[in-house]
Amino acid sequence: MSADFLYLVEVILNGLMAGVMYSLVALGFVLIFKASGIFNYAQGVMALFAALTLVGIQTGQVPFAHLINAIFGTNVHHFGWQVPTVLAIALTVGVMVLFAILVERYVLHHLVNQEPIILFMATIGLAYFMEGFGDIMWGSDIKTLDVGLPSGGSRWLEDYTLGWAAEGERYYGMYLDKLDMVASLVAIVLVVSLTIFSQYTKTGRALRAVADDHQAALSVGISLRTIWVIVWAIAGFVALVAGIMWGAKSGVQFSLSLIALKALPVLMLGGFTSIPGAIIGGLIIGVGEKVFEYSIGPLIGGATENWFAYVLALMFLVFRPQGLFGEKIIERV
Amino acid sequence: MFYRESGDFKKTYKLDSQTFPIKFDRWRYYFVMLVAFIVVPMFLTDYSANAVMIPFLVWAIAALGLNILVGYCGQLSLGTGGFMAVGAYSTYKLMTSFPGMDMISVIMLSGLVTAVVGAFFGLPSLRIKGFYLAVVTLAAQFFLVWLLNKVPWFYNYSASGQISAPQRELFGIVVTGPHATPVAAYLFCLIFAVGLAWIARNLTRGRMGRSWMAIRDMDIAAEIIGVNPLMAKLSAFAVSSFFIGVSGALLFSVYLGAAEVTEAFSINVSFAVLFMVIIGGLGSIFGSFIGAAFMVLMPVLLKNILVGGLGWPTDLAAHFELIIVGGLILVFLIVEPHGLAQMARVLKEKLRLWPFPH
Amino acid sequence: MKFTKLATVALTTIAVSVPVAADLVFPSLSYRTGPYAAGGTPVADGYADYFTLLNERDGGIQGIKTSVPECETGYNTAKGVECYESTKGLGALVYQPLSTGITYQLIPKAAADDIPLLTTGYGRTSAANGSVFSHAFNFPANYWAGASRIINRIKHENGGDIADRNIALLYHNSGYGKEPIPTLKALAEKEGYNLTLIPVDHPGQEQKSQWLQIRRERPDNIIIYGWGVMNQVALKEAANIRYPMDQMIGIWWSGTENDVLEGMASDGYKAATYHAVGNDFPVFDDINEYVVKRGLTAGDGSNVGTPLYNRGLYAAALAAEAARTAQKMHKTANINSGMMRDGLENLVITEEVMTRLGMAGFGPSFSVSCENHGGPGSVGIQQWDASAREWKMIDGFEAPDMDVILPLINADAEAYAAENNIAPRDC
Repeated sequence: MSADFLYLVEVILNGLMAGVMYSLVALGFVLIFKASGIFNYAQGVMALFAALTLVGIQTGQVPFAHLINAIFGTNVHHFGWQVPTVLAIALTVGVMVLFAILVERYVLHHLVNQEPIILFMATIGLAYFMEGFGDIMWGSDIKTLDVGLPSGGSRWLEDYTLGWAAEGERYYGMYLDKLDMVASLVAIVLVVSLTIFSQYTKTGRALRAVADDHQAALSVGISLRTIWVIVWAIAGFVALVAGIMWGAKSGVQFSLSLIALKALPVLMLGGFTSIPGAIIGGLIIGVGEKVFEYSIGPLIGGATENWFAYVLALMFLVFRPQGLFGEKIIERV
Repeated sequence: MFYRESGDFKKTYKLDSQTFPIKFDRWRYYFVMLVAFIVVPMFLTDYSANAVMIPFLVWAIAALGLNILVGYCGQLSLGTGGFMAVGAYSTYKLMTSFPGMDMISVIMLSGLVTAVVGAFFGLPSLRIKGFYLAVVTLAAQFFLVWLLNKVPWFYNYSASGQISAPQRELFGIVVTGPHATPVAAYLFCLIFAVGLAWIARNLTRGRMGRSWMAIRDMDIAAEIIGVNPLMAKLSAFAVSSFFIGVSGALLFSVYLGAAEVTEAFSINVSFAVLFMVIIGGLGSIFGSFIGAAFMVLMPVLLKNILVGGLGWPTDLAAHFELIIVGGLILVFLIVEPHGLAQMARVLKEKLRLWPFPH
Repeated sequence: MKFTKLATVALTTIAVSVPVAADLVFPSLSYRTGPYAAGGTPVADGYADYFTLLNERDGGIQGIKTSVPECETGYNTAKGVECYESTKGLGALVYQPLSTGITYQLIPKAAADDIPLLTTGYGRTSAANGSVFSHAFNFPANYWAGASRIINRIKHENGGDIADRNIALLYHNSGYGKEPIPTLKALAEKEGYNLTLIPVDHPGQEQKSQWLQIRRERPDNIIIYGWGVMNQVALKEAANIRYPMDQMIGIWWSGTENDVLEGMASDGYKAATYHAVGNDFPVFDDINEYVVKRGLTAGDGSNVGTPLYNRGLYAAALAAEAARTAQKMHKTANINSGMMRDGLENLVITEEVMTRLGMAGFGPSFSVSCENHGGPGSVGIQQWDASAREWKMIDGFEAPDMDVILPLINADAEAYAAENNIAPRDC
């Protein structure tokens, strides 16, 4: 095989992996949109907040330390203990559930039946709020997230593929990041369990009923409020998973909240209402932008990924205005 | 007591269809103009002009433009930052290529350039609707920023890609550059803001505005009653982009004086202008101004209270600022989902009947 | 941080419109929030702590207390304007905007208001040309000097010959990151190396494409001009593809404690720097005694001695020395911003001065003049020692290739002067 071909394969594989990482963020959006018609702008900030909370709990940080020190002139920052990873994750999930309850109680509850754009706006308010709150609670320095995930290229794969290229060509073996592979596995597990949950459990069925029609669901005795809390809690959990994966890459810091922007084209391409759509959309965007950057990028100066993802989504949308897997939009006068 | 309509008879069609049919409203309007043109300039300082009034006017123009698109025509756009960048870079190119051109033409031409670009990116709106349309405008946002950052011609081949506004005069008065007095810069922006608000108000009351609103309320129904969706949507994109282009031009040349496309016109700008429009009130000219006022003044006010007044450390204050602004957005939406303009409308209705509501 | 101290800071900030003639005011436009907060906080802490030290130890500069009103910019140019306007009425002597974008917009404004700007290690590189930029100073080093110094270091490591070497520049796709490109291109012509440009868009969390490209092309050296999360991700990806760390050299904004990885992964990574690292200087004993022990630190005191903290400290020390120079020149302790400008322009930093400050060897010796606002551009090289978990200076301050840089500076300055109708001063 020629090295050029192998490089292309490598780019495509890495694009697929990157796509899965985007999908992880997009999943949270889809869950909430499906169940409540809310485009949750705060999803990125939720990922940041979840990751901050996880690191904070794990390393025994004192919440609001900076605020306490400023007011009382003390100098506290750590409790001095380390919480085991599993327990810390469980506690963080608890925090995210609590967050879901609070959001439902104090925000969504008051905004039932509003137009989508108003609800969108409300989540932006929420995002602002959490951004400030997260920083005050845990501080804005860069934190290292260590939950025992592997990282680095897979050497085994590199050695194994080294001989594939033709003799005499510059080829160094196939490169795949172990973290990306783990993320792909996690994403598969996540999607399968979400699907099982929504197909085979009572709550799951109620979720789908609400997604189909709020009014009808209400009339058969499904509590909208409970469902919303559950959905936001699940989205919070998905945000935590995304936060862990991305946080392991770059450390937990403010920029983590910006990954939402990478999820938007995925979301639009896949359709706001489809969980498989989020995954397939992610894969298409991941591969598309990486291949474009690899083949066309050097000719036009590089750094094309940000806009090309949107242009790619746009090209698909022109042919399918509701996204690849979105529900068909039926318009009646 | 206020808003008295009794005894205010309209004897001609012209009087009947004027912008402010109620006398009190008219006088209030004249009063606001008087304050804006005469009273405010008397009290203007460097700080109040550069940190409060000029940004307020610049953002109000952008919000007006976006409101035409989102509020009147119902087309969600997140490309405001990119379009403002087009306005700013057009201004820069015009200012440096034709040093003799007067500033009003420069800014109007920049608006026109932006209108063309905006109309082009509006084309897919015929096919893609709702939140999905955001992807088109986001593509515009990221692509335009990338392009302006990448092609050295746009920033005259300077090393870092920063553009700075040279000094220019209008009727012998310096309006851009460091030597512009606060009053001159403020009045220059104010003329644009008032003029564009007047145009927007009249456009939205006319045939074009009604076709936009028809499209917003239901595009299929509008098509059936004979509104041409192509014309309506593209004109909305073009007019909206014109306003946004002017705002970007003023932002660069009068307010900031220098800009870098990746920072000054990032996606955050697009979101910020959308907040202004929604907080202020969709489909309301007054709402655009009040929304801009909220988003510009609130952080400045909070900062001055928290840091200046209460003496908090700047970082804590900045975080609390976010919490408070976010919280206020939520509170406003819960109390009045249709924006501050709707609050004003409700107040007006109450005042009309006050003090005898029954 | 004590609340009482906050109150005093607040009282000085409150009096926005009343110029406080009694104090020497050094406003600090800092960013402790936003995507670059982790980088901005230590710099602001170092800047504030040095002036606190002067107040506590010496009672200010020549008996006049200093004050450092802080204003949060969030690395955002619009907030930068607000900060400038709100603090300039306090009698600000010199601005250090801590952001290239804010610097660009303050250059004309500050010149009109007769307030000097000091941008140490950032800002507009061509501001080194003092005849065009009368009020902007960017000593002791700028991005172009850094780029040239990095190339010299690579040359030194390769026995003086880097012809046909492949060198890649991985840069933040913004004004800051694009700065070194003209210099590196000019040097490529002179030295004969091949330059590959690899941009990374803000924020830079996803750099897979870039690193796959690097892995494919195997450049012999990588120069990094990054900031914020981009640095951490770049070093992580480099470790992932097992790119040799000692062949990567960052600019000073890519060479901080935040950027290097846990464990041994980043061992040997190098970065340019224009000041020393570590806290092995007498001045840190004083800071410990007069600032940390009295609980007056601007931050929580944990970052004393880190590269970014030292950068803030050094910037403050240079500003304070310039103020002292201005006081001597104008024979008054109560200087204004115009006098401060003269002080900056006639600043002479020698080894004796640095020793007196308790900072011997902390930065290069240099002098500023009317035509040269950039100093000699002396830059050193530091290297990350992962086993000791600290940065170490491995190569002292050396002047860059001025023959290449100076024409570039003058060309850029002349273009600016022509565009803005500025008549260059006679120097």
